[in-house]
Amino acid sequence: MYGFEALTFNIHGGYLEAIVRGHRSGLLTAADYNNLCQCETLDDIKMHLTATEYGPYLQNEPSPLHTTTIVEKCTLKLVDEYKHMLCQATEPLSIFLEYCTYGHMIDNVVLIVTGTLHERDVQELLEKCHPLGMFDSIATLAVAQNMRELYRLVLVDTPLAPYFSECITSEDLDDMNIEIMRNTLYKAYLEDFYRFCQKLGGATAEIMSDLLAFEADRRAVNITINSIGTELTRDDRRKLYSNFGLLYPYGHEELAVCEDLDQVRGVMEKYPPYQSIFSRLSYGESQLLDKAFYEEEVKRLCLSFEQQFHYAVFFAYMRLREQEIRNLMWISECVAQNQKSRVHDSVVFIF
Amino acid sequence: MGEVRGGCCPPMDLFRSEAMQLVQLIIPIESVHLTVSYLGDLGLLQFKDLNSEKSPFQRTYAAQIKKCGEMARKLRFFKEQMEKAGVSPSSKPVTRTDIDMDGLDLKLGELEAELVEMNANNDKLQRTYNELIEYKLVLLKAGEFFSSALSSATAQQREMESRQVGEESLDTPLLADQEISTDSSKQVKLGFLTGLVPKEKSLAFERIIFRATRGNVFIRRAAIEEPVIDPVSGEKTEKNVFVVFYSGERAKTKILKICEAFGANRYPFTEDLGKQNRMIDEVSGRVSELKTTLDSGILHRSNLLQTIGDQFVQWNSMVRKEKSIYHTLNMLSLDVTKKCLVAEGWSPVFASKQIQEALQRAAFDSNSQVGAIFQVLHTKESPPTYFRTNKFTTAFQEIVDAYGVAKYQEANPGVYTIVTFPFLFAVMFGDWGHGICLLLATLIYIIREKKLSGQKLGDITEMTFGGRYVILLMALFSIYTGLIYNEFFSVPFELFGSSAYACRDLSCRDATTEGLIKVGSTYPFGVDPVWHGTRSELPFLNSLKMKMSILLGVAQMNLGIILSYFNAVYFRNGLNIWFQFIPQMIFLNSLFGYLSLLIIVKWCTGSQADLYHVMIYMFLSPTDELGENQLFAGQKIAQQVLLLLALVSVPWMLLPKPLLLKKQHQDRHQGQSYTPLQITEESLQVEVNHDSHGHEEFEFSEVFVHQLIHTIEFVLGAVSNTASYLRLWALSLAHSELSSVFYEKVLLLAWGFNNVIILIVGIIIFIFATIGVLLVMETLSAFLHALRLHWVEFQNKFYEGDGYKFYPFSFALLSDEDD
Repeated sequence: MYGFEALTFNIHGGYLEAIVRGHRSGLLTAADYNNLCQCETLDDIKMHLTATEYGPYLQNEPSPLHTTTIVEKCTLKLVDEYKHMLCQATEPLSIFLEYCTYGHMIDNVVLIVTGTLHERDVQELLEKCHPLGMFDSIATLAVAQNMRELYRLVLVDTPLAPYFSECITSEDLDDMNIEIMRNTLYKAYLEDFYRFCQKLGGATAEIMSDLLAFEADRRAVNITINSIGTELTRDDRRKLYSNFGLLYPYGHEELAVCEDLDQVRGVMEKYPPYQSIFSRLSYGESQLLDKAFYEEEVKRLCLSFEQQFHYAVFFAYMRLREQEIRNLMWISECVAQNQKSRVHDSVVFIF
Repeated sequence: MGEVRGGCCPPMDLFRSEAMQLVQLIIPIESVHLTVSYLGDLGLLQFKDLNSEKSPFQRTYAAQIKKCGEMARKLRFFKEQMEKAGVSPSSKPVTRTDIDMDGLDLKLGELEAELVEMNANNDKLQRTYNELIEYKLVLLKAGEFFSSALSSATAQQREMESRQVGEESLDTPLLADQEISTDSSKQVKLGFLTGLVPKEKSLAFERIIFRATRGNVFIRRAAIEEPVIDPVSGEKTEKNVFVVFYSGERAKTKILKICEAFGANRYPFTEDLGKQNRMIDEVSGRVSELKTTLDSGILHRSNLLQTIGDQFVQWNSMVRKEKSIYHTLNMLSLDVTKKCLVAEGWSPVFASKQIQEALQRAAFDSNSQVGAIFQVLHTKESPPTYFRTNKFTTAFQEIVDAYGVAKYQEANPGVYTIVTFPFLFAVMFGDWGHGICLLLATLIYIIREKKLSGQKLGDITEMTFGGRYVILLMALFSIYTGLIYNEFFSVPFELFGSSAYACRDLSCRDATTEGLIKVGSTYPFGVDPVWHGTRSELPFLNSLKMKMSILLGVAQMNLGIILSYFNAVYFRNGLNIWFQFIPQMIFLNSLFGYLSLLIIVKWCTGSQADLYHVMIYMFLSPTDELGENQLFAGQKIAQQVLLLLALVSVPWMLLPKPLLLKKQHQDRHQGQSYTPLQITEESLQVEVNHDSHGHEEFEFSEVFVHQLIHTIEFVLGAVSNTASYLRLWALSLAHSELSSVFYEKVLLLAWGFNNVIILIVGIIIFIFATIGVLLVMETLSAFLHALRLHWVEFQNKFYEGDGYKFYPFSFALLSDEDD
């Protein structure tokens, strides 16, 4: 399993690994979150954040600021760091880093397509897109009427093109189609990423397959829960699950036939890693499932920093930073709407 | 810090750090702002954070800090605007307009609003202006297409007609003819769009249009030579003018959407040539009109920025001071009555009078009813270390501080470093030619000191500039040692009279076999130039430099141990004198001190004794007869005594100290539990209590292991450190060899060719090699080795270096650290 990464990893990856570990130590700690949760206004949050690594990004914002500004600036920091790393990266690592953004790309495509379906302004939609998932001709997505056009016009130039092979239909786009498209794309993306990591071998393959398997399983559960009560057939549902992960293949068979949440729970509790997640939830409670999954994910991501000489730290760092931005968004939202009692509902402490 | 103090001046300023005291200030709330501001001007008080458990926004003055942050943001905005407009903030001191913070806040707000509004207006105008410019370009470029297309079309038509008129031959394709005729008859009206698209997007743009319309388009594009300003982003971009011909409404909507997505600006265009010309004229007229409006707007704006720029520096420093004052105020704790603030902080003892004066002044100026209370607190905490250095001593103190900041009031090696550091450097860098080069370089820095200190220099320049006085001394000392070594770019000079030796006869045939004869008195200063280039030069210089290195090393290590004595006396630590200083002295001197003595004796007497042999057999067989290696009478007995002393001093160092410490601890413990409390000694008792808290966990094994390590380190270190001083010899050798290589193998070789070009090339190589290798790299390496000798060999004998620096609240320091 282990190659001799320790011998050669640092030739190309050493600098960036050091960089990413440095960035990781800049993540907000529990003490920071405690302070943030005590804030009374958004200005307090800004003041606290200026003392952290977000300082340079927030200090020039005029004072009455909105949650969106905070989130935007924090995301900007992530994007800057990502771009810096991508610039410095050489062959396999740069591809790996690019893989990390495809998820956002899929989300952006779906966002724009759904938006134009509901006749929103393209510019407005573009602002909502995640900056990591931008590509050149993204705005042209609005031109397309059906999947085939979507593919032929725009996506053929993007890295997402190969993932599209499974969902080219001439059907007109509607909400259901788009959601299926998102999940098909995601499935293809995760599988491709998984294969890529396996090809890299060594500790990267080992850790990334664990992280991606978790991601795939989580998506499978979410797809199941979200498709309960819709017209999606069992076979269609089965097709949306990624072909790897802990649940593959027997868990998928069982999940495909689930009709309510408790059945899902029954399936998942057979798998020890997920047992702990589900055992914490009381019956019929699906809101907290997201948070439980996030917590588990964060735990796994943090653990990936325990090993050296592998690429999963880059993936983990970006995911952790995104989680942090979600946390900040939730906290700022709670502070802005005077709902401080709910602050702890959705914040996932990273350290 | 060149202020003159009264008669209280202790004689050794730099040797021990300033006496510090923990002071408590109780300041009434109405005068607290002014007080802190005056203290900041004074810059001699380091405030302690009394609210460290509170987060920044829970502190008393968080709101004010936010306000200052806001003002600072506005100022940054102005600065950015000024930089964009090319207005530099004037550095000339403006008449100090009295404006308080609230006024400033208001004023900044007004100015910002005005500036933002002006910018918005200007932007709007600029945008229209840019659009018009783009439009004009489109008109010109697209006009070119159309006219060229028209002419080529007519040419084609004419050709066609001429062909049709001519004899129809057999090979005229029938179909083509038909096609053309139907085409001209149908005359499908094609629509077209014109506009501009950024150059780098242009390819993708065309591709997408092509795909979206399934190839049913015709695109022409022309590059614009110089970048145009994009109306939306306001940035200069390279753009292409495009014309797209399409057919059908659906294609049009698609193309429009794509244009929108690519940020391509579209402009209306007519085919009619006359209309085109009219449009161009119209647009040009409007452009020039707008230009004047724009110019006046810009002028207005730059006037505003100029007025801001005049006071910018003052405002900036005001805001910065204000912010730092509030940060300091946040460190004070609020009294229960909320009427006064309590501050604690360290200050040098000599500054108490100045601080009190500042407090009184503040109380008076703020019309406060009550003055601030100043009192000295007693504490067991270790105070910060504060040396009052000047621009000359700072760099040397930095060298020491880089290793570790001195413990409060321990002996400061910085004092000796001022001389020993450049000297040891020079021993390794002995060449008075190179020394003069170094001297000239550093003199430039020193002469232009005033000018350079205000500027921002590059990283490396800044470092060398900061150490200019170190380099000055290094240069002077290396001239001195260079004269002793008699090296000038490895050329010997007879500066101090002629050589003491001469050949036996004129032909000098037997100079290398028989040797020279001494004709005059000994060369008065340094190495006799006649040694240079001889076969025995190296053995002679090696022996000289090696022995000299050992003498210097032993001397410096002894100095280090003696300093540990001064520390022990100062801190009243008898144990360290009797069980550390004395055995260490004995051990080092009985071995290497004795070696130094032998060296000197050998130099004085000219004996042939082999010192290696003496030293080695002193250990291996101390009872053997010395034979011809005897340097003085009774040497054998002396050696045996010295060896015995050295052996005895090892357990002396090791054992008594931990045992005595244990005993002391036990005594104190017993005393504490059995001495009855007496009212008169209460305060004393409390202090003792306090003291013993620090030593509560006395682990004998730990102390013993520590002492064991210390002893082993010293004993082994005595040998290895002495050997380490041989680097003085090694580097000096390397330096002289390198410079002689450059001189002989480059300069003299080139000289030998008797060719001007080769000579010039040789000189150039020589100069670059001398500067690059000898003056820069060798300086650096000798510097590092001197640094090491100080940090390791010298300072480990006495220096703890676990203190922390005194960092006063001072406005003067504030301005430096910004940017």
